Amino acid sequence: MSKADIGLASPRTQVAHPASPKPGKAGREQRNLAGWLFALPWTVIFLVFMAFPIIVSLLLSFTDFGLANLQDPFSLHFIGIENYVKLVHDQVFLLAALNTLIVVVVGVPLNVILSLLVAIGLNRGVNYVRTIFRIGYYLPVVTSIVAIAVVWRFLLDPDTGLVNNLLHMIGITGPNWLGSITLALPSIIFVVVWHNIGSAMIIFLAGLQGIDPSLYEAAEMDGAGKFALFRNITLPMLRPTMLFVTVITSIGFLQVFQEPFVLTQGGPLNRTLTVGIYLYQQGFNFFNQGYASAMAYILFVAIVILAFVQFRLLRPQT
Amino acid sequence: MSQTELPEQLVATTPIELDKPVPQAKTAASNAWWIYILLTLGLVVMVFPFIWMILSSLKGAAELSQIPPTWFPLAPTLENYNKLFNQLDFPVYFMNSAILGISITVLNLIFCSMLGYALAKLRFRGKNMLFGLVLATIMIPASVTLVPLFVLMSKIGLVNNLAAVILPEAAGGLGVFLMRQFMLGIPDELLDAGRVDGAGEFFLFWRVVVPLCGPALATLTIIQFLASWNDFLLPLIMLNNDQSYNLPIALATFAVGPHVSDNGLLLAGAVVVVMPILIIFFLLQRYFTQGIVMTGLKG
Repeated sequence: MSKADIGLASPRTQVAHPASPKPGKAGREQRNLAGWLFALPWTVIFLVFMAFPIIVSLLLSFTDFGLANLQDPFSLHFIGIENYVKLVHDQVFLLAALNTLIVVVVGVPLNVILSLLVAIGLNRGVNYVRTIFRIGYYLPVVTSIVAIAVVWRFLLDPDTGLVNNLLHMIGITGPNWLGSITLALPSIIFVVVWHNIGSAMIIFLAGLQGIDPSLYEAAEMDGAGKFALFRNITLPMLRPTMLFVTVITSIGFLQVFQEPFVLTQGGPLNRTLTVGIYLYQQGFNFFNQGYASAMAYILFVAIVILAFVQFRLLRPQT
Repeated sequence: MSQTELPEQLVATTPIELDKPVPQAKTAASNAWWIYILLTLGLVVMVFPFIWMILSSLKGAAELSQIPPTWFPLAPTLENYNKLFNQLDFPVYFMNSAILGISITVLNLIFCSMLGYALAKLRFRGKNMLFGLVLATIMIPASVTLVPLFVLMSKIGLVNNLAAVILPEAAGGLGVFLMRQFMLGIPDELLDAGRVDGAGEFFLFWRVVVPLCGPALATLTIIQFLASWNDFLLPLIMLNNDQSYNLPIALATFAVGPHVSDNGLLLAGAVVVVMPILIIFFLLQRYFTQGIVMTGLKG
């Protein structure tokens, strides 16, 4: 079966199929009914547990919903955009937003470049042991981030941690990685990227294998060097894959939560506090749930804008 | 998300053979030794923490705080595991994780393949809009639904009940996408023949389409079970009573709270969280990576 048959474009191709018994009006209605019956369970859950909360969340972000309202939800007060105004002046939120931005701006390119390099290396250099390498690099992806964070917290311990003891062997006194205001956030980014390289790598491997080898053969016959091949064939052909990886990595990194939650709880001095953690603290430690909802919506909008910008910048040029 | 801009290979439903030798490799430097060295160094960084986690979970408290640290346990002991299972409630957390994993996975298999069938094989009003919603769910951050979900669950008295996590996660967008893509590859003629013979849609779905969806169902089972087993954010909000924790919540709670410096206990806990997934992963790793390729989404 060709890719065109099974790709996303198929709703159109499907319409063109010589379709099933020609429905009359009654048949069409029956078909409508069948379609909606199959769609019903998923749609009900979607409406109740996703669509409804998303709308309520927007409404709550304009209220002072707090702990008391858990007993009596309707005693809340609409306070307009006060939560949003307060957020813009909240130094802790601004720091959390900055930290989150740093995780995205530093972490996403790092993640994309490293996983692309690993994928290219695996695709070219290593044929026989490729499976072993692939499993190894993919291993962190399948494991619980909490478990991973526990292990890294131990590895990065300034005294008993293995990292500093290895550094000590080559004569360097290692820093207090997670306790230092300058190094804590980079350490978090390292663990986040370490955890995510594998999934991007797999997508890149699939993308690389989708490139028609005859393109390379033709270019080589014309005397193109390795770098020219990479620049003029591999990169342009990988553009859609790159877009996809960048978008989903950014969406994930903007919501970074578990790594700082276990590794540093946002410290030292809020230097690893992310929007995700601050939102959790405000909403579920202090029960300022209107405030937390406003934060969640800012995060939501940031994700949509970022994805949109990336689509514009990276979309395939035709 | 515009449909045409998704890379083609990400939505392919035929297995992509990641292991097959690549023709391109012939022309490139197949044996460049430095590539091996760099990749191997990277591999060590990726895998070593796991090996070290397992080895260290077998060390006693004194050995764990020793400087410099030992590589292999000098006196291997199971005391950390003993403590986990006999003094703490890890069997309960393990059961909770298993219940969450199994029920969320089964519900997704049912609901997602039903909607997938409707989207791939039936025509009805609102279909395109529904598919748009399915794709949109992939971009919506969980945090946007957390507060209202918590209020809703506390109103209906489900906080600290596993159902508060199971219900919202019973019908994901990812599973629908996967099932729809796979079902598009099943020929319409097969179903039309059945319709001519008077078979109902439910019969066609259950007896014709579902049996043909083995690979997609297997992939969805693995991805979903993995995600639910490792699930953190929603359980953290909903499961506050220590009898309702799942494994990641229990581990995180101990790690930032009462057992913050009991490294041996925490490492053994990490092993207990990770081990079932590692075993499944090693047995079925082909499905894992295929699933990621099929959906383009992370586990």
